[in-house]
Amino acid sequence: MIDLDQRRAVGEPIHDAAPTGDIRTLWDDHLLDLKLVNPANRRRFKVIVVGTGLAGAGAAATLSELGYQVEAFTLHDAPRRAHSVAAQGGINAAKAYKADGDSVDRLFRDTVKGGDFRSREADVHRLSEMSVRVIDHMTALGVPFAREYGGQIATRSFGGVQVSRTFYARGQTGQQLQIAGSQQLLKEVGAGRLTLHTRMEMLDLIVADGRAAGIVTRDMVTGEIRPHTAHAVVLATGGYGNVYFKSTLAKSSNVTATWRAHKRGALFGNPCFVQFHPTSLPVSNEWQSKTTLMSESLRNDGRVWVPKVAGDDRPPNDIPEDERDYYLERMYPSFGNLAPRDISSRAAKAQLDAGKGVGPLRNGVYLDFADAIARLGRKTMEERYGNLLDLYVDATGEDPYTAPMRIAPGPHFVMGGLWTDYNQMSNIPGLFVGGEASFNYHGANRLGANSLLSASVDGWFVLPWTVANYLAPRLGTEVPPDDHPDVEAAVSETRERVDALLAVQGTRGPDEYHKELGQLLMDHVGVERHADGLAKGMDAIRELRDDFWMNVQVVGHGQQLNQELERAGRIADYLELSELMALDALDRDESAGAHFRSEHQTEDGEALRDDDNWTSGSAWAPPGEDGRPIRRSEPLTFEAVPLATRSYK
Amino acid sequence: MRLSLVIWRQADATAAGDFERYELTDIAPEVSILELLDMLNAQLVAENRDPVAFDHDCREGICGSCGLMVNGQAHGPVDSTPACLQRARSFEDGDIVTMEPFRADAFPVIRDLVVDRSSLDRIIASGGYVSTATNAAPEALTMSVNKIESDVAMDHAACIGCGACVAACPNAAAQLFTGAKVAHLAQLPQGQVERYERVRSMVETMEEDFGSCTNFGECVPACPADIQLDVIALLNRDYARSMFRVSGDEEVRHKDRRDIPWLSRLRSGPWWQSDPDDQPHATS
Ligand SMILES: Cc1cc2nc3c(=O)[nH]c(=O)nc-3n(C[C@H](O)[C@H](O)[C@H](O)COP(=O)(O)OP(=O)(O)OC[C@H]3O[C@@H](n4cnc5c(N)ncnc54)[C@H](O)[C@@H]3O)c2cc1C
Ligand code: SF4
Ligand code: FES
Repeated sequence: MIDLDQRRAVGEPIHDAAPTGDIRTLWDDHLLDLKLVNPANRRRFKVIVVGTGLAGAGAAATLSELGYQVEAFTLHDAPRRAHSVAAQGGINAAKAYKADGDSVDRLFRDTVKGGDFRSREADVHRLSEMSVRVIDHMTALGVPFAREYGGQIATRSFGGVQVSRTFYARGQTGQQLQIAGSQQLLKEVGAGRLTLHTRMEMLDLIVADGRAAGIVTRDMVTGEIRPHTAHAVVLATGGYGNVYFKSTLAKSSNVTATWRAHKRGALFGNPCFVQFHPTSLPVSNEWQSKTTLMSESLRNDGRVWVPKVAGDDRPPNDIPEDERDYYLERMYPSFGNLAPRDISSRAAKAQLDAGKGVGPLRNGVYLDFADAIARLGRKTMEERYGNLLDLYVDATGEDPYTAPMRIAPGPHFVMGGLWTDYNQMSNIPGLFVGGEASFNYHGANRLGANSLLSASVDGWFVLPWTVANYLAPRLGTEVPPDDHPDVEAAVSETRERVDALLAVQGTRGPDEYHKELGQLLMDHVGVERHADGLAKGMDAIRELRDDFWMNVQVVGHGQQLNQELERAGRIADYLELSELMALDALDRDESAGAHFRSEHQTEDGEALRDDDNWTSGSAWAPPGEDGRPIRRSEPLTFEAVPLATRSYK
Repeated sequence: MRLSLVIWRQADATAAGDFERYELTDIAPEVSILELLDMLNAQLVAENRDPVAFDHDCREGICGSCGLMVNGQAHGPVDSTPACLQRARSFEDGDIVTMEPFRADAFPVIRDLVVDRSSLDRIIASGGYVSTATNAAPEALTMSVNKIESDVAMDHAACIGCGACVAACPNAAAQLFTGAKVAHLAQLPQGQVERYERVRSMVETMEEDFGSCTNFGECVPACPADIQLDVIALLNRDYARSMFRVSGDEEVRHKDRRDIPWLSRLRSGPWWQSDPDDQPHATS
């Protein structure tokens, strides 16, 4: 038996995270309650924004435009490189440009249901409302959204919904939104209103007198470690999906900023909710550095299958039709190959576990275009998917026009992140969080094309209002001086941690640890979890962490550009976060959305929620004196969208 | 497959650099150029030697972080492909592969293969945007855009900001990068209001850091986003036009108006739009 109480404590529930009232007018009503800062007084406030992705760039540019003193930080060499740039598919908005029955309320409902009833209704409704403004704003900034021949903006339907509400700019939607955002940020830099720090990594949060009052950074070129103080801090530092080492995320994605804030007391929400994308490139050799995302749109015309018999090593085209198992079509006749991400990922994992994986490492399933090519012709396929298929040819040396492609589930998006209230403020006053770094919109599973949306909404249309509300009553307060004891302590603790990493002088590079940790997580906290595996995983992670601090080797010194040192710091934090991910997954004794506990499934193998006990979000406080992390629950209520069970049969 | 890598090593911005040679074996053909560096670095770390510093992030050709000279070519031997998507199969077994940082005065070396490309952002900061205040945008459909024109705008907007065009150019000019942004915004109705101020300001900033374009055209094959020379033609044309446009003079004429006290109210606008520091402090 696993004694959960030995591993975690249970704290006070959280009750007042969102205002109550009619959900349709809640945000408007709330705006009236938010306090304002007189334009003349805004420059007396300094705000730090960490991260220049969609969320960070939007917040920083808008706050600067409004007249606040803003300092923006990114670990990249240019704001444009934030990982938002990699999103391909598109961004949802309830514009209802097609007469297909879409509306703000429908996007709201789809998002709540898609999240398997583990998100906050109030926040999701705001997300849907503001989606409309995001498209207006982004269009005005010059984003070349795809157009119809009549000149209107085109939309497509995406990710298992029946309406056409996804706006896109070729296969580069994220890039175009991100570039528009960073241009606005640079406009403020050019105007001399905003200070931008590039190649500057946040290594700690400064909490002075109980409030977020700044950050500690390391200059990645000179190694200088120093504090920056402010009246408020916004974290928009993205997701931690590459804790699994191989993922669809960029190599520098990390949890350090939010994890350090957590160590200073910020609650961490639902860390175990991770979305796996069913169509990423399987790993084919030891040195492959990531599982690049192949767009989901491929599933529109591809059929997913594996050989019926485990270990069938024949080339795919030699396997006759009746010896193939088109398992998605078989198991989910109405959605077939378009079954939602979590279901497709899990179904693929089940095939791999049954030994039916294909490819040199038996770690993929086939995505076959033969029927589509026969039906539509090769030329149409080239028009639809040419670039994607070329990318595949290039990465694998295989030709998807003549033999099926291989795909596999890969870690892609984290619904978990720092806990925030309706104002996107964490439990530490003055610490705001937006974009993938926060936790509040996507519940246990994110709807495709909703996260570019949440990052944009937070950055442009929520944080500028709510940060002002926090600042307004603090007019006349000073930021703490650099010799304030809390500031000094944060700086010296950061220095000590960096020195400690350099001092181990072991024999294994940080990447080796990252790879090993990634495998542990895939095995125990992956697409499918169960109690024994999670408990085992926690223990193994702890052992790996101990080993890291005895044997990690960081070549070079701290006063230089040292990418090994950067990696080591991020992996040290991953080694702590991942234990909490496993604990959260163990604690949440139900299946919900992307969190699938094999003990909790229906007869058909579907996720089985436990609404009586788990209609709640988990917000983790750092370990108390006894070393146990403390779980606090936020009860969730579903009034506008009544609790129901998903069915994709 | 085995390769010899000859790599530029330079400890920091001020150190003198030099090439060093390393041997790599057991290379799978689909390994990318950046993964070659990963392999080498794992080897170096195991020997407790300094790994090669290089910029990279998305590893899928979109972030523009990667960038190095491979055998004298920006990003590597395959045209229009970023380093992260160039593969070892371009080389023959036993080849010597030389890797150097992007070379340009505007891109000082930080360490090994890492250079400072912030000069590109200075160009953008001087005008590469549409000035629209948040929450001020009209309903998106009020602006129709012809599909072809929108597609062309997207072609130009695809630039990933890697700087390979500058590195490939014998003059280290940034015309392709600047032209891509100017052309993207000039193509769309949203970009018209500031069109000529934009190009003038961006070109002037560009000329402070970068060389002059003499139409070698080396930038185009190096460009992973397939930006074409037509953007440079547009850049030059719009810049020339901006010289003939009176907007600059208008600003001067606007400023030179006689200072008639009773009229100043009409000219300066309401007080809350002027410098907040001039105003009495109100409480919030
Ligand atoms: C391959 C891929 C495809 C996707 N496709 C879609 C899609 O089609 N539609 C959709 O809606 N969503 C998609 N997503 C998800 C979506 O792109 C992200 O959730 C979203 O862009 C996150 O934006 P963000 O602003 O929160 O963070 P990011 O854009 O990741 O920005 C993070 C910022 O924080 C900075 N940073 C991080 N840590 C630190 C630190 N310690 N110190 C200083 N700076 C730091 C980084 O430099 C960066 O500027 C996709 C994701 C991936 C990986
Ligand atoms: S124009 Fe091409 S080569 Fe130049 S920065 Fe842009 S993408 Fe890179
Ligand atoms: S690493 Fe992002 S473009 Fe090459």
